[in-house]
Amino acid sequence: MADEKVSRRDFLLYAMGAWAAVGVGGILYGMYKTWEPLPEVKAQATVSFDLSTVEPGQIKVVSWRGKPVFVLRKTPDMVQCKERSVKDEYTVVLGICTHLGCIPNWEADKKIWHCPCHGGEYDACGKNIFGPPPRPLDVPPFKIEGTTIVLGEEGNEYKQMKEKGLTV
Amino acid sequence: MRLMDWLDERLAIRQLIKVMLTEYYVPKNINFLWSFGVLVMLVFAILVVSGIFLLMYYKPDSHLAFDSVNKTIMMDVEYGWLFRHTHAVGASIMFLVLFIHMARGIYYGSFKAPREIVWITGYILFVLMSATAFTGYLLPWGQMSYWAAQTITTLFEKIPFIGPDLVVWIRGNYIVEDATLTRFFALHVVFLPLLLIVFTAIHLYAVRIPGSNNEDGIELTKEEKKHGKGIPFWPVFMAKEFFVMSVFLIFFFYLVFYQYKFAMDPINFTPADYLQTPMHIYPEWYFLAFYEVLRGFFFSQNLGLIAFVLSMFIAAFLPWLDTSPIVSGKNRPIYKILFWIFIADFVFLTILGKLPPTGLYAWLGFAGSLVYFAFFLALPILSKIEKKKVAGGR
Repeated sequence: MADEKVSRRDFLLYAMGAWAAVGVGGILYGMYKTWEPLPEVKAQATVSFDLSTVEPGQIKVVSWRGKPVFVLRKTPDMVQCKERSVKDEYTVVLGICTHLGCIPNWEADKKIWHCPCHGGEYDACGKNIFGPPPRPLDVPPFKIEGTTIVLGEEGNEYKQMKEKGLTV
Repeated sequence: MRLMDWLDERLAIRQLIKVMLTEYYVPKNINFLWSFGVLVMLVFAILVVSGIFLLMYYKPDSHLAFDSVNKTIMMDVEYGWLFRHTHAVGASIMFLVLFIHMARGIYYGSFKAPREIVWITGYILFVLMSATAFTGYLLPWGQMSYWAAQTITTLFEKIPFIGPDLVVWIRGNYIVEDATLTRFFALHVVFLPLLLIVFTAIHLYAVRIPGSNNEDGIELTKEEKKHGKGIPFWPVFMAKEFFVMSVFLIFFFYLVFYQYKFAMDPINFTPADYLQTPMHIYPEWYFLAFYEVLRGFFFSQNLGLIAFVLSMFIAAFLPWLDTSPIVSGKNRPIYKILFWIFIADFVFLTILGKLPPTGLYAWLGFAGSLVYFAFFLALPILSKIEKKKVAGGR
């Protein structure tokens, strides 16, 4: 075995192996892309909503990318937190428990969101105050245009929140 | 016999029958718990047949799925209800039979050398069966189905870096939607059953090489089994098996006809609503213990998730956790105690899994989860002690 020579047979074997690897890679990539969301799903990007239609103390649910977004207009007796409000007294959060993705229910008497699955609780700002949820309810990307909020676009207010680490 | 000769010439079928059935000797000193392997095959066959009939009327479409099950199959198709109940009860009972089959293996040390491959393929079968049950559970598109899928797929979100993208990829949407339903359908009716069949074949083949374990855990040679200490699988062992199957089928069809409701949650008769989570969501009974481990570490989500994944897979490593030279639990007094604590703990976790995770229950769940893992962690220590004892206390 002084000098190893690549014979014609070895070369053909390597070439076939490499070509087969390209083929397998292509198949796997194709399989991966097949499970991606369809264009029509990706297209439902932004939703506009007029904040002024919400009465004080009322909650409206907006559907964005199939997920519920809670829009709460806080009253003075609720927990206040300026930095988590998208505008004045409005709390806008994704209505998905940060623990395992259930949808919390609003308990009007206690003024909290209560997750039925594992007992997580969030205050009127969407902050987690009890149970297993690891972080507050997420604020979806938003842009404010007057009293209208556009969900799915990153406006200045959202970027500021993001910088402060208030959103994920 | 002319057909046999014809087949034998082409497929060596006599040799195959000898190896798989007539000259595969089962030890005499085994009890009825060894029958559960064949029972698993029986339930699997029932599930395949009833599933094919359901498939003829089921519509894998988020707008049609709920009605195709609850209206077409249940009301319009003659005996459609029978196939649905058989399939639902069969899925549930499959896990009871599997748990007993696995517990027998754990108690009598059937996972030990030279049967590691038997144990590993068996464990893969359990995981595949769980995946099949999970994907099948979404298909009726009821509230419980939907939210089970929503929460379990959300678990993947916690995988570092790729998690959130992975969840969207698995679902084919930002939420569980039509794309999720159709791909779960494909997995449930083709891909997973195919894998189950392949691994069942390997599992059955693997057990025929070292042969079946026995109550005493003392290896018998093929010669010993052939002459007095064993019986041929076919027809002698199967003769007893047919009796066990008969008794099992009485119990099974009693459930199908009179107690089918235990396998169907009332909440699942409400169509899936992606904007409203039911007040209480919990998995089917056979996942409750693992689910309780997930909830057990109530103070830390990440710990709970790690514990959950570990609780699902730790038993696969039994052959390397328990290296004691004594095989059968019958001859291991301390192991016996540990084993029954483990079984009691599993039942305890299953019960807790259905109760609300608050106050005292949360702490009990935590304690139960610790006991669950303690069993597996105690095994290497116990093995060491028993090794010394066998070697004569040196």
